[in-house]
Amino acid sequence: MATDTHGGEEMASVAEQSAGMPQLEFASFPNQIFWLIVTLVVLYLILSRVALPRIAGILGERQGTITNDLATAEDLKAKAAKADEDYNKALADARAEAQRIAGEERAKIQAKLDEAIAQADAEISERAAESEKAIADIRATAVDNVREVATATAEELVAALGGKADAAAVKAAVEDRMKG
Amino acid sequence: MATDAHSDGSSLAFHPMDQFIIKPLFGDGDFSWYTPTNATLWMALGILAVVALLVLPTSRRALVPTRGQSIAELTYGFVYKMVEDVTGKDGIKYFPYIMTLFMFILTANFLGLLPMAFTTTSHIAVTGVLALAVFLTVTVLGFVLNGSKFLGLFWVSSAPLALRPVLAIIELISYFVRPVSHSVRLGGNMMAGHAVIKVFAGFAQVAVISPIAIAGVVAIYGLEIMVAFIQAYVFTILTCVYLKDALHPAH
Repeated sequence: MATDTHGGEEMASVAEQSAGMPQLEFASFPNQIFWLIVTLVVLYLILSRVALPRIAGILGERQGTITNDLATAEDLKAKAAKADEDYNKALADARAEAQRIAGEERAKIQAKLDEAIAQADAEISERAAESEKAIADIRATAVDNVREVATATAEELVAALGGKADAAAVKAAVEDRMKG
Repeated sequence: MATDAHSDGSSLAFHPMDQFIIKPLFGDGDFSWYTPTNATLWMALGILAVVALLVLPTSRRALVPTRGQSIAELTYGFVYKMVEDVTGKDGIKYFPYIMTLFMFILTANFLGLLPMAFTTTSHIAVTGVLALAVFLTVTVLGFVLNGSKFLGLFWVSSAPLALRPVLAIIELISYFVRPVSHSVRLGGNMMAGHAVIKVFAGFAQVAVISPIAIAGVVAIYGLEIMVAFIQAYVFTILTCVYLKDALHPAH
């Protein structure tokens, strides 16, 4: 700005005419006013036709996008909550199913086990009966054998002592002793 | 301004007002009303600045704005909110006119701060036309929208009856002083700031005080940057206030 002072002689002469303030040089008014009006009209047309509708459009569009995005976010959040709920439900179902299958298997195994035990019990009791019968047989045979041996021994003893063995009396005596 | 001493003989030459001289762009001498002058040039540069500020950066219509687009959006929002807050919802339809005024004054003020530049808003012819246009628009609009009820603006119904005629005269005078204060405030501020910078620059010719003078130029330049914005803002918000009077004349 300071270099402006080397403006030259013709500028100084112009300033001389204006008596100090170029603002009050009325000869320049029509020129300034004309160009001011031209400028304002051009500026108004640029702003009202291009700039302002465009910026208003951008701002409106952004507002719309933000609103939409917020709605979408809300939606997605609800979906996520639902998915979580579904997952938990599926988990609970699966757990219950597993419980049920395990119970069933346990019952089946129990049934089989019971059957096997019953069978084994039956077999055991059968065998025990058989054994008991065999033992009873053996005991009966043994008693008979004892009686025979005792009778025979008693007859021989009587004979050896010089007596005449009365078969019926010996038998009765042996029976009597075996009862005692 | 009185320091405009043309001491051609001395070594110290002050020409603080030379920067405001209107000259034709091509050739010397006289110019008529249609001749392109330096005022024309800087008004045209103002238009280009507005295009560069509001039109070019928004051409991509980006959803996530770039820096330039952000500035354009903020400027738009700043003036829009001003009109909405001061004038009310029904003032929004005058927003393009107010935006035109604001952008013209803002760009003219800031372009005028460039070294060697010409400040179109430092001329009373320019600010006077702007202020008169606002004044006439507001007056005509007031009568068209409200009819004779617009005169209620001057009749302070809340004051005691005896005082009302006195107040009406005061209100009437203040109403007609509006365009004068409106235009002189802007033009005077711009002219004074630039002239003061020039005076300080003139003192820089003296080696002894040149550091102080240059520091002064820097300080006042900073002040002028603030003034350039504030004056554009003040002119615009006063326009909104006047417009509000036309739309709602009740006191």
